[in-house]
Amino acid sequence: MSMKLTRLISVCCAALALTACEDPEPKLKGAPPDMRRLTETQYENVISDVFGIDVDVAGRFDPLRRTSGLVAVGAREARITPTGFERFYNAAKTVSERVTDAEHRATLIPCTPADAAKADDACARAFMTQTGRLLFRRPLTTAEADYFVKAAGEAAGANGDFYRGLTTSLASMLVTPQFLFVADTTEADPADKSAERLDAYARASRLSFFLWNTTPDETLMAAAEKGELNDSASLARHVDRMMASPRAEVGMRAFFNDFLALEDFDTLEKDPLIYPTFTLEVAENAREQIVKTIIDHVSRGEDYRDIFTTRKTFLTRALARVYRVPIDRTDNGWISYEFAADQNRYGIQSQIALMALYAYPGRSSAVRRGRAVRELLMCQKVPDPPGDVDFSLFTDPNSPSKTARERLTAHINAPACAGCHKITDPIGLSFENFDGAGQYRLTENEAHIDSGGDLNGAPYTGPEGLAQALRNDPATASCVVNRLYSYAVGRSVEQDDTAVVNFLDKGFAASKYKFVELMRKVALSDAFFTVSKPNTTAAASGEMAVATAH
Amino acid sequence: MTVLLTKVRERRSVLKGVLGGSAVTVALPFLDGDLNVNGTALAATGAALPVRFGTFYWGMGHTPGHAITEKSETSKGIGFLAETEALKPFEDDLNFFGAYAMPLDGRSNYTHYTGWVASRTGTAPAHNNDIPAPTFDLLIADAIAGNSRFFTLNANAVGMPRANYSARSTASRAAAEISAAALYQRLFGPEFVDPNNSEFKPDPRVMVQKSVLSGAIEQSRDYIKTLGAADKSRLDEYFTSVRQVENQLALQLQKPPPNDACLVPPAVTEKPMEEVKRIARDMDEVIETHGVMAKLFAMAVACNQTKVFNMAFTDDFANVRRVGETYTHHLLTHEEPLDQKLGYQPLTFWFNKCGSDGFAAFLKEFKSIREGDGTLLDNCLIHAGSETNYARVHTIDGVPFWLAGKAGGRMKTGYHVVGGADPVTRIGLTAMTAMGVPVESWGTKSLKTTKPITEVLNDRATPPPVKTESQG
Repeated sequence: MSMKLTRLISVCCAALALTACEDPEPKLKGAPPDMRRLTETQYENVISDVFGIDVDVAGRFDPLRRTSGLVAVGAREARITPTGFERFYNAAKTVSERVTDAEHRATLIPCTPADAAKADDACARAFMTQTGRLLFRRPLTTAEADYFVKAAGEAAGANGDFYRGLTTSLASMLVTPQFLFVADTTEADPADKSAERLDAYARASRLSFFLWNTTPDETLMAAAEKGELNDSASLARHVDRMMASPRAEVGMRAFFNDFLALEDFDTLEKDPLIYPTFTLEVAENAREQIVKTIIDHVSRGEDYRDIFTTRKTFLTRALARVYRVPIDRTDNGWISYEFAADQNRYGIQSQIALMALYAYPGRSSAVRRGRAVRELLMCQKVPDPPGDVDFSLFTDPNSPSKTARERLTAHINAPACAGCHKITDPIGLSFENFDGAGQYRLTENEAHIDSGGDLNGAPYTGPEGLAQALRNDPATASCVVNRLYSYAVGRSVEQDDTAVVNFLDKGFAASKYKFVELMRKVALSDAFFTVSKPNTTAAASGEMAVATAH
Repeated sequence: MTVLLTKVRERRSVLKGVLGGSAVTVALPFLDGDLNVNGTALAATGAALPVRFGTFYWGMGHTPGHAITEKSETSKGIGFLAETEALKPFEDDLNFFGAYAMPLDGRSNYTHYTGWVASRTGTAPAHNNDIPAPTFDLLIADAIAGNSRFFTLNANAVGMPRANYSARSTASRAAAEISAAALYQRLFGPEFVDPNNSEFKPDPRVMVQKSVLSGAIEQSRDYIKTLGAADKSRLDEYFTSVRQVENQLALQLQKPPPNDACLVPPAVTEKPMEEVKRIARDMDEVIETHGVMAKLFAMAVACNQTKVFNMAFTDDFANVRRVGETYTHHLLTHEEPLDQKLGYQPLTFWFNKCGSDGFAAFLKEFKSIREGDGTLLDNCLIHAGSETNYARVHTIDGVPFWLAGKAGGRMKTGYHVVGGADPVTRIGLTAMTAMGVPVESWGTKSLKTTKPITEVLNDRATPPPVKTESQG
């Protein structure tokens, strides 16, 4: 769009009712096409969606490195180690054996071989091409299809069993890079011959992994085949269908798990003697509680910022014991619950999940909590502590300090520490009414806890004050916009993206901070699908890094 | 080398005579491995014993003044103090390296991170998530692990898949094994081929699996032509990893040579879920898990399942408790007051001692397996180290390091080596040299070194005399 036209539209808009029009989306160069390794959750979702089979691969694959605040961004760099490949192969064997076993073959294999003790190329082709299209997220090439049929035939012959043939061929399909990496495949852009654009299947994958955290379904694949995802009107129709689907919750859950770094629950430790109520069940429920609270809140179309003030949540009996509230529930299910004002549980930040994660196994940590608020919820970077801290300042055995506030005052007063601790401690100390397991308390070592806090120079009191301060700080809203966009495009937000992120930020405010609207807007944005030209120069450093001694 | 090969051949023909001329199958894995300087071999086949390499990691270093008696220059004899007393019986298997420096050339000391990364990669990390170069165990694996069943084995006793101190790059780091039962299954489950089982029938289905896998990967190369250069480089690493599984399948089709040292350990079963997925892990559990894993590691090495292994007793942030204590090991290092009478932090000392005890327990497993005319430990080189010297203030100069085992005769042992402010990379270079990695220099900037520590290396050209092997 030309500058003149852009200005013209802006002028028109000013003349019209403001709510009726929007600024146009700024253009960006985009990043070169890349490929993202499937996360463990995506792998499980894909297998479950394609085959209806549950696999548990948690903690098995090469861990993805959280990058620029998101694991989704780390997936873009991920490589596959020998151990990692071995585990993909083992998962592939497990899945392919179950898909072709006597229990599943009738429903999952679209045909019956003429003779189950022999190869049957026609039936193998029907199964491998149908499955391959879902696993590769595009139709197989002729060469690929021919290969997997031939492989099924060879293995069937060697085993005297048609189904063993499929098992072997499917296992190998499940370890190909085509499956394990979601790649941005591109084509020449008809609108600009010098540029590339994502092809229809890559667009379908982008939409599907962003909105559903899984592989495209049949309708989306068909839409890609018909070219509908390149046309903005039908794209909107498809995005609306996807967002209305129950899978949209799966997608939102995946985002908030990544956004809040909830994978840390996998290695959470609490001392059973100090916190006897904090059991494995409590930990699992606490993780679910925070996600459930957010999903419920945003699904109802509430203002995103109110997740920091809401007292509405869900409880199980196990959680209720830690929160010390009576609930009317005899089984292990969830019940919706609203904390009373005097229970001091305002917002997701005061729930057990974040309080327990950002603490130690046997005690609270104002520093870690303050840092988590800054980094997770406000997207601000807190520097690491210097290596040469003299801790003797704070560890005087004869110190009369009873509370964390008294102990941490030393940080604030030491010039080397003050810079960062002024950023973290005033927030963290206002959480001190929650112990290391997230249980409410009024005292520490029999001394009264002062839970006053300060956010960027604005003082407040206790959990309720913090809730208001977080809600009203523009950083919390722009943080979720920034992360959602980064999550959607699978890379960190760079200079080139700033205008688009600001545009989304404005739109978020205009929608009264409706998260679902934000997600929709990202999915419909041009930026979401924009790629620059592929980078064809040799990545010398990368080659060097993997050069082996042989 | 020619000389050594001749010796092996001579012994092999002697053995042939003993065995009455029956055909002796020489397994590929052993031939590919480096030859033992002593010329010792597996009694059953006469194949040369491979030298294997491992690392052991514990978090939070030592307690200064209570671990090892300081020395001013390198000499024989290690002064074990209270914290390391469990290692005293291994004095003849160990070298201790003190006072080596970790110059960072202006880069930050990322607490509990820089220390292990710089000492294992030879380069100071640029941020607290950076792995700037491959860790040296992988350089050794590249040279010696070629066709082992497992390229490397990685495990830890703290239940954290991420706590693996072996990585090729920031984005290439495998998950560590955290369950002893899963480790057992991986090593000695149905796919393990027992070298001492006289019945051996290669499963033809495995051959088909291998060929189908290779074919699928081969045809994926067409697809890769469509990708950008950075992604191609990532896929090069992927192809290397694929070959590892192809190797595993190939090894299932070969009869391994009989191996006296290899005794399949009793099965390790999964604890009930409520025990495994406990919310708390304390030092007692770490010790127990480590003990089982150490046995499995040693036997995996003896059974020639891997030539390179990495064990972490605790992680770099030592997120380990003692039951009922509000502080973890890491927190204690910073916040536990110095006991004025003892002169150290008593609880921190207790945790640190657990690290030394753990290392001793690890060594014990390797030493208890007879191999050739010595022990498995004699044919191994095990590097042990931490990420800090004095964790209380995060010092990284003088981080304690050990090299255990005689590396098939290439290492002299029993020394306390004083670094005298030389870069810590000299230890890694020494290990690589002992393991036969063709590397002349290692590390970058001030960490670059070309000098292995010759005081503890036997000259390869003049190996000690070959011992007469007693048939057993």
